[in-house]
Amino acid sequence: MVPLNYYLVLSAVIFAIGVTGVIIRRNIIVILMSIELMLNAVNLTFIAFSRSLGSMDGQVIVFFVMTVAAAEAVVGLAIIISVFRHRQTLDPREMQLLKW
Amino acid sequence: MILFLILAGLSIVFSLLVVFQRNVIYSAMALVATLFLIAVLFLTLEAAMVGILQILVYAGAIMVLFLFVIMLLNPGLLEGRSIAWWILGSLAAVLLLFALVPFLSDSGWLLPGQAPAGGSFGSPESLAQSLFTDFVLPFEIASVLLLVAIIGAVVLAKREV
Amino acid sequence: MIVDIGIIAAKALMVLSMVLNLAGVLGWIERKASALIQNRIGANRASIFGFAGLGLVNTLIADPIKFLTKEDFIPPKGDRLLHTLAPCLALFPALVAFAVIPFGDILVLADRTINLQVANLNVGILYIFSMASLSVYGIVIGAWASNNKFSLLGGVRGSAQMISYEIAMGLSVMGILMIYGTLELQEIARAQGTLLRDWLPPWISFLNPLIGWLPAWGIFFQPAAFLLFFTAAVAETKRIPFDLPEAESEIVAGYHVEYSGGKFLMFFAGEFAEIVTVAGLITTLFFGGWQVPFLMRDGFHFPWGGTLFLPQLVVALLQVGAFTLKVLFFCWLQILLRWSLPRFRYDQVMRLGWKMLLPLALLNVMVTAVLIVAWQSAPLKP
Repeated sequence: MVPLNYYLVLSAVIFAIGVTGVIIRRNIIVILMSIELMLNAVNLTFIAFSRSLGSMDGQVIVFFVMTVAAAEAVVGLAIIISVFRHRQTLDPREMQLLKW
Repeated sequence: MILFLILAGLSIVFSLLVVFQRNVIYSAMALVATLFLIAVLFLTLEAAMVGILQILVYAGAIMVLFLFVIMLLNPGLLEGRSIAWWILGSLAAVLLLFALVPFLSDSGWLLPGQAPAGGSFGSPESLAQSLFTDFVLPFEIASVLLLVAIIGAVVLAKREV
Repeated sequence: MIVDIGIIAAKALMVLSMVLNLAGVLGWIERKASALIQNRIGANRASIFGFAGLGLVNTLIADPIKFLTKEDFIPPKGDRLLHTLAPCLALFPALVAFAVIPFGDILVLADRTINLQVANLNVGILYIFSMASLSVYGIVIGAWASNNKFSLLGGVRGSAQMISYEIAMGLSVMGILMIYGTLELQEIARAQGTLLRDWLPPWISFLNPLIGWLPAWGIFFQPAAFLLFFTAAVAETKRIPFDLPEAESEIVAGYHVEYSGGKFLMFFAGEFAEIVTVAGLITTLFFGGWQVPFLMRDGFHFPWGGTLFLPQLVVALLQVGAFTLKVLFFCWLQILLRWSLPRFRYDQVMRLGWKMLLPLALLNVMVTAVLIVAWQSAPLKP
């Protein structure tokens, strides 16, 4: 039987790796993927607690988190495509200013 | 227990690959592997429905979308590295870990793994029971949200004629 | 404990070997059947001591040897790791998807009851759909790793087609799930063991002498869903008439143009394993799975009242045999379909998936829901 702390620590580690990805990478798609990684770490925490407390609420919340993450990934990628058509680059430093 | 250690180790390895790989497609495939492993972790935590949904939705659809966009935009050059940023970022992550891990490893935090009653925990019936009685309003709003996201994505990514 | 794991391992091994063997045999059946349909002889040149065995030697012995001994070629500018990974990604979901399909009821061996299904997940059919959505990766990665415009075009078309028809596939089985009230495939197969007269409501029971003796198979409840699901499944596995992604005459074998030898064999075997999985799924959902009409766990119970008691082992063998026959029939049907119909154009494929199958599947779900409420029994278990 795996103690709850192990799942929480694993989720914290994956979350920290996601944060690293958002800070250090200079490719906007990889930044989006690191955000998905962070969302998944949080999902893992929710499911671990749901199992430990015996309540289904955690799993319902994870269901909604997945839905919202899907919607956000779709819109984010559409924005990236549309920005790429103008700037021809995926470097977030080039996308800092609204007009160059 | 051994299963958990293997799954945890592999998922950490693949997450590191997502962040530190220079080729974007390798990062995306590593993320698919991470999502698959997290789904298996869900299955070991008796969340069968959510685990399968993770494979179906996240690893099966969202990541395919990511791959499509990567192939469409075709990033030819691999990005350059900046050592200062990498050290700063890794330092931030390590500090975050130092803040979280001792707090979470506290064994007095919560009763670990008390088994919930019955084999129907995490089954589709119980998830649907919660969704359609207690959480029906967020459910309907989520469907409106998805509709808005679809329309928004189509409008944003359309080529101006 | 060890015996339990041993039983599961034995079942998994049996199912895996059955799927792989059937995939190989289907390759031979496809060549010989196509020859018969097209009024020619087919492959019969390879022979051992003059014994050509109806093309068996050619397809099952000479072809694999040829595939496996070819040079492993990776395109010069293509991605080495991804080029090798893609066939594995295409084959893996096709093989493991069969794990939740039940091939028999129960087998009683020395006071141990074995459920004849490799894994009894409580999400049942969703597992197969998740493996179907994972199989898109083999196409996408294979297309990208080949560094070839035709390959990329075929791959993008193929993956777009697959994700479009996944939706139609999922929605068309919703009617069946509503009627039998469960996602588990073994429960759906077991629920089809009763007769229709136990399911029909009282105000329609005047039809009982006519149709009441039919077994409660999914096809009698949902004929439209069967057609929709069959079409969507054939499109999902990229068989003709939906095989534009890999067409030989249009885009030079599409996404597997740069693959030769063992890797091509893996793509090929994956496609045939998917045929077997689709056939297994259709029999379980719509045609009673392993059910033989009127056969219960202890023998035959005929609707006119007669019974014929049989030992449990014979019953189990009859059920497994019935399942195999039905799966073989649907594999044959898909092969027949392949050699009879011309190929769809890509925009026709997309229009069919989104504008025809999806609304029809939704309509089917709504009509089924209305009928279930009208019959005032949900789930419709007798």
